[in-house]
Amino acid sequence: MSKLRPPLSSQDHFQGSVDAPIQLVEYGDYECPFCGRAHLILKAVRAAIGDDLLFAFRNFPLSQVHPHALRAAHAAEAAGLQDRFWPMHDLLFENQQFLEDEHLFRYAGLVGCDLDQFAEDIDSEEVAEKVRSDFLSGARSGVNGTPTFFINGGRYDGSWEAEVLLSVLQDLRGVRELR
Amino acid sequence: MALEAGRQAPDFSLGTTPDQRVSLRDFRGRNVVLAFYPADWSPVCSDQLPIYSELMPEFRKLGAEVLGISVDGVWCHLAFAKHRNLRFPLLSDFEPKGEVARTYDVYRKGEGVSERALFVIDREGMIRWSYVSPIGVNPGADGILEALEGLQPGRKR
Repeated sequence: MSKLRPPLSSQDHFQGSVDAPIQLVEYGDYECPFCGRAHLILKAVRAAIGDDLLFAFRNFPLSQVHPHALRAAHAAEAAGLQDRFWPMHDLLFENQQFLEDEHLFRYAGLVGCDLDQFAEDIDSEEVAEKVRSDFLSGARSGVNGTPTFFINGGRYDGSWEAEVLLSVLQDLRGVRELR
Repeated sequence: MALEAGRQAPDFSLGTTPDQRVSLRDFRGRNVVLAFYPADWSPVCSDQLPIYSELMPEFRKLGAEVLGISVDGVWCHLAFAKHRNLRFPLLSDFEPKGEVARTYDVYRKGEGVSERALFVIDREGMIRWSYVSPIGVNPGADGILEALEGLQPGRKR
């Protein structure tokens, strides 16, 4: 089975506690409509599971298919340098049809970024390298489309419809509670 | 079963555009990733090939070229490659249909298409890794990257 490589580290964007028994990692593309749908499902699933779940996101922009995906990923990472990754991430997925530069800068303003700094960072080598390194880690981990999920380090090939994903994750929680 | 590592890769010459042919022997001195897939436009192929396209810089660093191959005709390939912005050639195993797939033992007679099969061929034309994925499952790129890394000069064979 394909394994998450490298494992989660402080380089990753994640929500939830590092001690959470369930770790869910998504490789996604901000312009991919399936990822857009998954975004809503994940919100619901995370709300239902609560503190037992750590959720992390890595970039996997398919830029040849989605012309705005790479730039949007850079925007999220640039916002991340100002500690605004998650609000930016949400805005991007909630506005997938609007990913031109004018929109990206508007979102950056909305989430409270310093826009001069954002303008510098979105074109920086640091941000480009972060996205590239996410993409390569995905390729090495066996990502085969977007979104691809890893649960506790193993690639999850099942359905990510809310009820299925929720029950898979809840079963993992059950395992811990039984111990 | 698909031809396995350690065998010489059978040569072939196939159309890639209406007026261009590509032969395996043209790539001597380069590693080659030969990706057989069932059909242009099918949902799984439409995810699989763009990932390889995105990884072209990495494949090049590893001294490799990528060739996609299916039984579709050249005009179909052209439209598909353009639509998905693919950065490597698609070869047309069209006439006689599936002949190259048969040579590599990855032809599905019932359906008249090839398996979803990957071959990594080294600089001397030797198959060094092969893999047949369940037809509905996109194999991704991790196996290819690992196989190519194993072929880098200085690595123990």
